[in-house]
Amino acid sequence: MDIFFFLLFATVAVGCGISVVMQTHPISSALSLVGVMGSLAVLYLLLGAEFIAMAQIIVYAGAIMVLFIFVIMLLNAGAEQRAGRSLMVKVLGAPVLIGFGGILIYFFAVNFGDATPVHFGAFQGGSARAIGRALFENYLLPFEVTSVLILIAIIGAVVLAQKEME
Amino acid sequence: MEFFLVSLLKIAVVFAGLMTTLAYLQWVERKVIAHVQVRIGPSRVGPHGLMQPLADVVKLVTKEGLLPSYVNRPFYLLAPVLAITMALTSISVIPFGSEVSVGGYHTWMQLTDLNVGILFVLAISSMGVYGVALAGWSSNNKYSLLGGLRSSAQMVSYELPLSLAITAPLLLAGTLSLREIVQSQAGFNFGFLPRWSVFNGPFPQIFSFLIFVIAGFAETNRVPFDLPEAENELVAGFHTEYSSLQFAAFFMSEYANMITITAITTILFLGGWTPLFPASLGSNFVPPVLLFIVGAVALYAGLTPRRKRDGFTFPVVALIFWILAALFLLPFLQQFLIPFFWFAAKVGTLLFIFMWVRATLPRFRYDQLMGFAWKFLFPAALINLLITGLLVALTAK
Repeated sequence: MDIFFFLLFATVAVGCGISVVMQTHPISSALSLVGVMGSLAVLYLLLGAEFIAMAQIIVYAGAIMVLFIFVIMLLNAGAEQRAGRSLMVKVLGAPVLIGFGGILIYFFAVNFGDATPVHFGAFQGGSARAIGRALFENYLLPFEVTSVLILIAIIGAVVLAQKEME
Repeated sequence: MEFFLVSLLKIAVVFAGLMTTLAYLQWVERKVIAHVQVRIGPSRVGPHGLMQPLADVVKLVTKEGLLPSYVNRPFYLLAPVLAITMALTSISVIPFGSEVSVGGYHTWMQLTDLNVGILFVLAISSMGVYGVALAGWSSNNKYSLLGGLRSSAQMVSYELPLSLAITAPLLLAGTLSLREIVQSQAGFNFGFLPRWSVFNGPFPQIFSFLIFVIAGFAETNRVPFDLPEAENELVAGFHTEYSSLQFAAFFMSEYANMITITAITTILFLGGWTPLFPASLGSNFVPPVLLFIVGAVALYAGLTPRRKRDGFTFPVVALIFWILAALFLLPFLQQFLIPFFWFAAKVGTLLFIFMWVRATLPRFRYDQLMGFAWKFLFPAALINLLITGLLVALTAK
């Protein structure tokens, strides 16, 4: 049952990922990206990380992608025109892609060849309590530094967005 | 096997109940607003307009579904489906009552209990924005587009104070499961004051309750935050181009969202299915006594009829209420009915407030709406969260 859901949502994730690149309309691409986020959340859920799964949907699918779509709607961006492919892309595209895939497979086979396979349901530390303990005990400093980083980004955005002082 | 059968049965009961409630909520809303505005409201179809929802459903189903030629077809068709799916999904984690046992089989009056239940509701409701935003954009109509833009900006803005207001009572409960949140609020202080998080220490959550309800009005696009469908400037906003069942889907999703928001308010702040005062003081007799009084009032109205048919309809209503009151006294049904009564009473009161506000308040201007969210609600929710966190940390064992 778990392996069925894994294969289903892994396929959906990859399919949506390809669709993000292939679509000509920005809204279609953005919605495909929502599909990727959603199926990733299901994969997290299968691995036993229920808090991360929900955070993935709330933050990425629910907030960030809504802002993307909001901006696309606001700019009223239309469908893109497909430009013709250059000669180099036509000749080299497919061989380079296959070669890159081969290198990736070789890399994984050499480095992670003896890794133990994942057992669905074996991992139990994905609850909100476990994440909270990890964040506020072991990783307190990185967590706080990240929040300062985000604060800097917010202040930067406000400075950039404010009207020119006379 | 037993689990699947019981789950299917529960799903059927919840679905039938939810659909009936959605249909009649609209009748109740029209009646409430009519009486606030000194009108009568629906009164033609059936006694007191009680058949009006059925007539509306027949009208919407038999109407021709228009597909304008200039719309972006896939998204135009997808939007209402997204809106209604997301609106109806949240109901699956809402606990309506406590544990019940039928012939030795124990089950909860809840479809399923997730240990991240409240986050699940937040996630699903944040996905609901897509229905409205896509409907506005794909209609290829400037009024619809403006409605969709307004709605997505508004829902993203109000999600912040909403989530912060949720966080404070979660600190008191110490869990994310909706069932355990309610259980943590069971019991009474000083023997009579319920331990609901609006009343309970170390910091009563009255402020986050108010912030949550206000943000809930905005999240469900209700007056005074119904800018996405402001009819005097945007025709009908994001659903201008929709007709027939697709329009019905948006309409139903608005009411379903209202039910979800009020149910979550009840669970987080008002103690879910727990009674207002202890059973030792007779709280189990509140529903039958209330229903009996309602029946008696209806009978009195029937004995002094103002219209000819009142002399027949009101005694029938009185009889129905007295039968309901008798059902509450049966020991076998009490385990279902009494927790559900308290849950439904709280949800109903909140829904009445939603309707009351709609009948009373004018609409915000758009800059007021945004300013209110970012300059007042958000800081207020943040300060409330800080004080709650501090007091919880100080009083922790």
